[in-house]
Amino acid sequence: METLDAILNRPSRSIASASVARLSGVSKNFGAARALNNVDLEVCGGEVVAVLGPNGAGKTTAVKLLLGLASPSAGTVGVFGADPRTPLNRLRTGAMLQVGRVPETLQVQELINLFSSYYMKPLPIRETVGAAGLQGLEKRRFGVLSGGQKQRVLFALAICGDPDLLFLDEPTVGLDVEARRMLWDEIRRLVARGKTVLLTTHYLQEADALADRVVVINHGTVIAEGTPAEIKARTAGRQIRCVTRLPIATVCSFPGVMEVRSDRGAFVISATVAEPVLRELFRGDPEVSEIEVTSAGLEEAFLALTRDNESKEVQS
Amino acid sequence: MSAASATLPRAAMERSFSHTLTIYVKETKYEFLKLLRLPTYSVSIILFPVMFYVLFGLLLNRGKEADGVSVAAYLMASYGTFGVMGASLFAFGVGVAGERGLGWLQLKRATPMPPFAYFLAKTLVCMAFSFIIVLLLLTLGISFGGVHLAFAQAARLVATLVVGAGVFCAMGLAIGYFAGPTSAAAVVNLTYLPLSFASGLWIPVDMLPSFLQRVAPFLPPYHLGRLALGNVGVGRGGSSFEHWEALMGFAFICLGIARLGFQRDEGKSYG
Repeated sequence: METLDAILNRPSRSIASASVARLSGVSKNFGAARALNNVDLEVCGGEVVAVLGPNGAGKTTAVKLLLGLASPSAGTVGVFGADPRTPLNRLRTGAMLQVGRVPETLQVQELINLFSSYYMKPLPIRETVGAAGLQGLEKRRFGVLSGGQKQRVLFALAICGDPDLLFLDEPTVGLDVEARRMLWDEIRRLVARGKTVLLTTHYLQEADALADRVVVINHGTVIAEGTPAEIKARTAGRQIRCVTRLPIATVCSFPGVMEVRSDRGAFVISATVAEPVLRELFRGDPEVSEIEVTSAGLEEAFLALTRDNESKEVQS
Repeated sequence: MSAASATLPRAAMERSFSHTLTIYVKETKYEFLKLLRLPTYSVSIILFPVMFYVLFGLLLNRGKEADGVSVAAYLMASYGTFGVMGASLFAFGVGVAGERGLGWLQLKRATPMPPFAYFLAKTLVCMAFSFIIVLLLLTLGISFGGVHLAFAQAARLVATLVVGAGVFCAMGLAIGYFAGPTSAAAVVNLTYLPLSFASGLWIPVDMLPSFLQRVAPFLPPYHLGRLALGNVGVGRGGSSFEHWEALMGFAFICLGIARLGFQRDEGKSYG
């Protein structure tokens, strides 16, 4: 089985480019609580990195550190090789954060106009409005917008300055399917123009659809890192469902099998690769039936990873 | 791509003076529009002093005197002080607490906005609302209260109160950095109303209970009140220097407290 270290220390990346944002050995404490624990995270130019993790895992804290909105308790934070708070970095960075309250009496176009004025070469307001899908809402006051529309305004404020590096903290929360796909397309367009994106998400499908690299965080610790495909391979690569008379212990001993559970009279086998397991199944039980092979979704991979992490913690 | 842009010439990223000015102007303009369109702010901070003045200054105490001037003149200055205090404390105290506590200020800090623009815009907007309030009271007093002021006197009254508003912006900022987004309005009301009363802004200080008369000189609104009253002929001849001194001292203490809150925020995350 491929070890966690093998993935963490993978030498070459699919996109070899300069590092634009980096957390090195970063820990962050809030009083007695430790939000991040010795985290290393790197974002290279032109890539989309998805930080994936459950609530309270430390995703937002990582983003705030990279934006210079909080200072690390230990370790260093670097953006474009400098402190994230330098004026130059602020000009080259855009951020979408989870904001509890935006001034509700200002119009969409007024908010965009204000934020655009902060940057050196902002996008034309019309372009920002179009990219965020806000056409026709320019003169609406923020307070009367729906949740999804508000989210799109925050996206518009992040991109209006045409920044090189974008931090998107749960960008598609509260969006319907159509709006989410539109935002994905927009993020892909930004990357095609050479922008670098770090996003955090609860939507595992989102990480799968957008990211070149996924960083899984749980309890403030990075527990896995790799391409979406690698993350899937790292855990349950394939799932085989079948009905067999073989005892569960025998199935568990097949090569590459990681987990077997019984489900309504059938076995659900998680394995790195399906074929060797199938060969053993046919050899041991010629009457094996109802075989279904599926690839594990990122969701299963994610759950398995966080479960691994927790069981390790219990042992240690 | 990013390797190339990482070495962009620094000059290309330096703002011109006119660009910086544009940011300050827009920040101020939108801050003003934001509050003007918020009736809970704009209507209440203007309506309360004006309503009190019409009631107590123009209708109920017609022809009476206080401290050697007509009640209409006295209350024009003291409700003016009350008004600018409210405009500043609510805009800063409630505004900053909400924007800081609920993430808006953080989002702005992540942008290249000069941080000072945020605070200066709020201060200028408080002064603008203060100007509106004082001008309304002045118009009412002169038109319906028989108040006679030379133009220079009236201008000095307005200037005193508009500049004095800055002191309460500092106080509001301190509140905004320590009160929560939901509790800020209560904190402001609980300081604003008792302070106004004890400083003699509703009824003249020498008509207050004697222990409050001794407390009043320690309260900042008392000093701004005395300065404003000086412009309508109360306590003429006294030095205004000590009052400005007290106000400046208080403003610096508030800014110091706000600074502590600002530094605390650096190491902490909200929302």
